[in-house]
Amino acid sequence: MASSLRRYGRRAVSMCRTRKPAFSTSCDDTSLLPQSGTSINLFSAINQALHIALETDSRAYVFGEDVSFGGVFRCTTGLADRFGKHRVFNTPLCEQGIVGFGVGLAAMGNRAIAEIQFADYIYPAFDQIVNEAAKFRYRSGNQFNCGGLTIRAPYGAVGHGGHYHSQSPEAFFCHVPGIKVVIPRSPQQAKGLLLSCIRDSNPIVFFEPKWLYRLAVEEVPEHDYMLPLSEAEVIREGSDITLVGWGAQLSIMEEACLDAEKDGISCELIDLKTLIPWDKETVEASVRKTGRLLISHEAPVTGGFGAEISASIVERCFLRLEAPVARICGLDTPFPLVFETFYLPTKNKILDAIKSTVNY
Amino acid sequence: MALSRIASSSSRSHLIKPLTTALSLRRPISSLSSTDDTTTLTFETSVPFTSHRCDPPSRTVETTPKELLSFFRDMALMRRMEIAADSLYKAKLIRGFCHLYDGQEAVAVGMEAAITKKDCIITAYRDHCIFLGRGGTLLEAFAELMGRKGGCSKGKGGSMHFYKKEGGFYGGHGIVGAQVPLGCGLAFAQKYSKDENVTFALYGDGAANQGQLFEALNMAALWDLPAIFVCENNHYGMGTAEWRAAKSPAYYKRGDYVPGLKVDGMDAFAVKQACKFAKEHALKNGPIILEMDTYRYHGHSMSDPGSTYRSRDEISGVRQERDPVERIRKLILSHELATEKELKDFEKEVRKEVDEAIAKAKESPMPDPSELFTNVYVKGFGVEAYGADRKEVRAVLP
Ligand SMILES: Cc1ncc(C[n+]2csc(CCOP(=O)(O)OP(=O)(O)O)c2C)c(N)n1
Ligand SMILES: [Mg+2]
Repeated sequence: MASSLRRYGRRAVSMCRTRKPAFSTSCDDTSLLPQSGTSINLFSAINQALHIALETDSRAYVFGEDVSFGGVFRCTTGLADRFGKHRVFNTPLCEQGIVGFGVGLAAMGNRAIAEIQFADYIYPAFDQIVNEAAKFRYRSGNQFNCGGLTIRAPYGAVGHGGHYHSQSPEAFFCHVPGIKVVIPRSPQQAKGLLLSCIRDSNPIVFFEPKWLYRLAVEEVPEHDYMLPLSEAEVIREGSDITLVGWGAQLSIMEEACLDAEKDGISCELIDLKTLIPWDKETVEASVRKTGRLLISHEAPVTGGFGAEISASIVERCFLRLEAPVARICGLDTPFPLVFETFYLPTKNKILDAIKSTVNY
Repeated sequence: MALSRIASSSSRSHLIKPLTTALSLRRPISSLSSTDDTTTLTFETSVPFTSHRCDPPSRTVETTPKELLSFFRDMALMRRMEIAADSLYKAKLIRGFCHLYDGQEAVAVGMEAAITKKDCIITAYRDHCIFLGRGGTLLEAFAELMGRKGGCSKGKGGSMHFYKKEGGFYGGHGIVGAQVPLGCGLAFAQKYSKDENVTFALYGDGAANQGQLFEALNMAALWDLPAIFVCENNHYGMGTAEWRAAKSPAYYKRGDYVPGLKVDGMDAFAVKQACKFAKEHALKNGPIILEMDTYRYHGHSMSDPGSTYRSRDEISGVRQERDPVERIRKLILSHELATEKELKDFEKEVRKEVDEAIAKAKESPMPDPSELFTNVYVKGFGVEAYGADRKEVRAVLP
C-alpha cells in the first residue's frame, strides 16, 4: 500500500461519494510516506513546477486566460507577483491567438507555457497546434521550430461538468506527428513530467486531470526534478492481465485491480504517461508476460487512443494473446450532463472486463 | 503596455450613470389614472445613444402603461428566477455550471419588446432569461436547471443549453464566441426566404475578442445579412475587466465598416428603441452592432463570488443608481400607475409563481437512462454501450 500511496497520493474523503477512494484505509498512515518533501495536492504541484520553470529559465513565460490571477484552478497562483507581469500575463479570450502567439514566442527561442482554461476550449486552437506547431520544424527543414511550446489544459470528468467542462480530447492530438501528448496521474508525477515537458525541445500538449487537482495529495519533493518522457511505468505488478491507462483513470483501474485480487486475479497496471510517442516496449513486455490486455480511458471508445494501443499490441503479441484486447472507455456519446456515471468507465465495468478477459 | 495598466478610478463613475435623467419626464397628456391602452407615455432614455457610422435613433421613447407594467413584471420575474436558481444551486439541486443573468434583465426584456418570435435570437451560456423572454416557462427553465425530463432541453442540456425552437430561440452555447457565426447562417436563411425577419446574435465583452466574431462580421457585411450583433457588455469576462482584454472596449465601433450603436443596457426602453432601430436598419442595410452597457450582479458562475476583481462599492453603486427593475419601478410610481404597495404585492405574486414552478419542476422525473443514447444521430446509429462482455448494446448499466 505504501507504494500505491506514492503513486496517486491520498484521496480526500469527500471523494467517496462519487469515486471510491482506493486507499481509504491506509490514507492516514503517514508513516509510510517518503520523508522528504511536503504533502501537496496536484494543483500545488503544478504551481511548484511553474515556479521552478520560471526561476530556472529567464526566457520562460506563462500566459493564458486569467493566469495572472491564478487561473480557474489556482495552478498559476503567485507567479505574476513573483516573476512580474511581463513574464506571467493574462491573454484575451482567444484560444487560437493564444497558441499561435505561443508558437511565435517559442520560435524565438523562448519557453512558452500556454494555458488553455479547459481542454474543451482547445478546439479553437486546434489548427494552430496541428498545422502550425506540429509541422514547423519539418516543413522548414529544421530552420525553425517551436520546441519551447508547452500547452497545459485541464481535462476529464469532474462530477457534474457537463458537455463543455469534461471532455478528454487526447486522441485527436495523438494523430499528429510533431507534438507530444503527456498526462500525469498524481502530484509527484505532474511536477516532474511538467518540468520535462517545458524543457523538452518539442511542442507538447500536457493534459492535467482536473478531478485530481484538489483530491490527489501526496508527498512531492520540493527540489527541481524531471521525469522521463516516453517511458511508461509499471505501477503494479501482476501475472494474469495487463491494464494500461493514464491520468485520473489509473486510480479507478487500481481499485478494479484490488477487487480482482480478492477473486484471485493478479493484475499488472501500467501508466503510459506519454501518449505519443508512446513506450510500446514496456506494454509489449508486460503483455508477453500476462497474455491479456485491457485499456481504459474516459474518452469515447471509438477512435480513442486505446484503439491504437490495441492494434499495436495485437501486431506484436498476436500469438501470445489469450483473449481479445478489452477496451473499457467512455461511451460513443457526447459527454453527458446526466448519467455521467453511465458514460464513464467505472470500476465495476473494468472489473467485469478483467474477469471476462481472464476467463475467456 | 496594457498589461501594466492600473484600474483607473474613473472606471466606477463610468459604470454608474445617474437614474435621475430618466425621471425628468414629460407628463403624458392623458390623465394618469386612466391606464387604458390608448394612453401614451413619452419620456427620454437615460442617456443619448452613441453611434458609429449611422445616425442614432431618437432618445424620446413612447410607451403605454400596459407596457411599462409588463416590463416591471417580466423583469421582476427574471430577477426572482435567478435568485431562486442561486438558492437551488446552493442546495445542490442544480449541479454543474450555472451562469446567472440578474442585472442584465433589461436587455432581454427590451429586445423582446422590439421584435417578434419570427426573429431569431442566439446567445451563449447566460441564457435563462433570454429563454423566458422568448416565451419559455418557469417550469421548463427550472426543470432544465435541475436536469429533469420536463426541461426545455429534456434535461440533457442544463443551465448552459436552453433552447426553444417555436420561439425562435437557437440557444444556449458553451463555447465562447462560437454562436456568433451561427447567427450569420440564421440571418442568411432569413434573408433568402424574404420574410423580413432578423437574427440577434448575442455575445459578451470577453467573447468580443474571439477571432470568430470578426469572421462573422465580415461575412454578414459582405452579404448584407439581416444580422444584429448584440454585445452584452457587462464589463467582465470571468475575472477579467474589459480594459485588460480589449485594446478598444468601444465594442460598438469594433465592426469598423459595420455600423454600431452604444446603448444603456440597464434601460429597457433604450434597449427597445435600439433594437427596433437595428431591425429596420438590418433589413435595409445589413448588419449592425448594438453594444449594451450592462452589469451582472452575480459572479461569473456559481463558483465565483464575484467580488475579488471588482469592488463591492462598484456593485452596490450600480444596484443603487442603474438597476433596471428599479428604473421601471420609479417610472411607474412617478406616473402614478400603481402604488408602492401594489408593486410590492406584484413582486410577492411573482415570488409565489416562481416557488410553484420550482415545486412542480422537482416533481418532474429524471430523463430515462436511454436518453444517454438518443439524439446523437438522427436514429441513434453508431451509438453503442458496450457491456463488459462487449456483445451487447445496453442502455441501462449497473
Ligand atoms: C472558447 C472558450 N474559451 C473559454 C471559455 C471559458 N469561459 C466561459 S465564459 C468566459 C468569459 C466570457 O465572458 P463574456 O464573453 O464577457 O460573457 P459573460 O460571461 O460576461 O456573459 C470564459 C473565459 C469558454 N467557454 N469557451
Ligand atoms: Mg462579460
